[in-house]
Amino acid sequence: MGIVLDKLPGVCGVLPGGAGVLAASDEVVNWARKRSVWPVTFGLACCAIEMMAAYAARFDTDRLGIFPRPSPRQADLLIIAGTVVKKMAEPIVQIFHQMPEPRWVLSLGSCSNCGGPYYDSYSVVKGVDKIIPVDVYVAGCPPRPEALIYGILELQKKIEKMSLARGAGATAQIETGPRRYD
Amino acid sequence: MTPAPLRTDQLFVNLGPQHPSTHGVLRVGLTLEGEVIMRAEPDIGYLHRGTEKLSEIRGWNQLVALSDRWDYCNAMGNNLAYCLAAEKLLTVEVPERAQHLRAVMCELNRIASHLIFFGTFGIDIGAFTPFLHAFREREMLLDLFESCTGARLTYNYIRIGGVMRDLPKGWPDLCREFLEFFKPRLQEYDTLLSFNPIFLDRTKTVGHISRESALNWGVSGPNLRASGVKADVRKLDPYCLYAKYDFEIPVGKTGCCWDRYYCRMLEIKESVRIVEQALGLLADGPVMAKGVAKILKPAPGESYGHVEAARGDLGVHLISDGNTAPYRLHVRAPSFMNLQILQELLVGQRMSDVIAILGSIDIVLGEVDR
Repeated sequence: MGIVLDKLPGVCGVLPGGAGVLAASDEVVNWARKRSVWPVTFGLACCAIEMMAAYAARFDTDRLGIFPRPSPRQADLLIIAGTVVKKMAEPIVQIFHQMPEPRWVLSLGSCSNCGGPYYDSYSVVKGVDKIIPVDVYVAGCPPRPEALIYGILELQKKIEKMSLARGAGATAQIETGPRRYD
Repeated sequence: MTPAPLRTDQLFVNLGPQHPSTHGVLRVGLTLEGEVIMRAEPDIGYLHRGTEKLSEIRGWNQLVALSDRWDYCNAMGNNLAYCLAAEKLLTVEVPERAQHLRAVMCELNRIASHLIFFGTFGIDIGAFTPFLHAFREREMLLDLFESCTGARLTYNYIRIGGVMRDLPKGWPDLCREFLEFFKPRLQEYDTLLSFNPIFLDRTKTVGHISRESALNWGVSGPNLRASGVKADVRKLDPYCLYAKYDFEIPVGKTGCCWDRYYCRMLEIKESVRIVEQALGLLADGPVMAKGVAKILKPAPGESYGHVEAARGDLGVHLISDGNTAPYRLHVRAPSFMNLQILQELLVGQRMSDVIAILGSIDIVLGEVDR
């Protein structure tokens, strides 16, 4: 499927009426992607408990098509739920690269947004965006499950605007430059 | 032609740091001989946030907020351990109403924490339904916390000298209502998971910790009690007004995974009893000691306070040099101590039982690494 989506813009570009086909496929692909955002079950710290609460009985994210997958190979969304410390930075980058494209990253909580209450700690990476690209930031310490759900709804809006012509297929994402840990 | 003799190699397997059943970011390096574990090395530090060092910068009152984040499943217990130690330094007398409120909150938080254990342990073993049941009840509990403290997880409620604020109107009734709803649920949990034959098969026969080795490794909390040692800080060194409440200490027999699990389930029952008694003893009065300043400067000295947190004996050692921040803060984290026994416990076990054993010890990595 990835190869088809990668080749589609090129093929449609030369065919007559290709733009229409491309727009229609955008709609279908985005519709499907938007309603099956599967996050990795990957909890770092306190926020992971609120993330679990979001998956569980009251908030029940299954109804939005959000269903946690234990392996990054099967997931679309990486939720960074908690403090990113320097020792964990390398594994996080590795998990990010293990995920198939297209992939999204949601930074949950103040710690992974900017360091949070550990803004002056010697061992904490001040923001996960220093090591991997982030799509949505959710504020709070820890954010309520509603906030996480709102963040994912915002992500769905973002997915809706994706276009195959602009490289939203399975093309390799660009490395984000040299990694900085502080 | 005779077949070549079987050649076996030892295999090194990384469990974690990203693994759905390590409850956070723990890496266990396992050396396997076939299915059997020859060596297990827990590798911690993936959540080391430098809390103890930060304590030397933050003020005495600000540290309560950081203490929430050691063991984030049981934030009230952390607040209390820190405040008890700080109050010893400051020689503050906590009003009686605040003492009862502390006990109520700590026990409710213990229930919430054990419910997380119940849910996630079920998932580890392969039962997803208990997770949903546990979180349904936990959400009701969090509503109670939220109405009183304003937060769901990190409460910052127990402060030096008392508690942050009094209960909102009608809170004790809401709490009693919840407890009445909750008590029958415990039987539901027993039929759902505790005495489920598959669950029993997977947990009864593995992960035995003997009484001696539990004591030698410094294990505490339900893990120690499951091995038959009747040790509980609430009884041995009562803090708050625990001496006034009537409750039992559940003890296990063999120290297997199931005993550790069931000890926690029995503890929930005792916590319910304590909350009921403490609510009954609540009398009107102040909830904060008089004369606790915003910026504290305790006299130079040392103090140690410890409480029975959900995971064991949580101690805080404070050294003051008379400044606005502690000279040194050290946390005796029960999860950290409990985790160490893994390197002995896992040897000789099978690969398929690792998760059951790890889950039954119930660690919180925020507390292990701090």
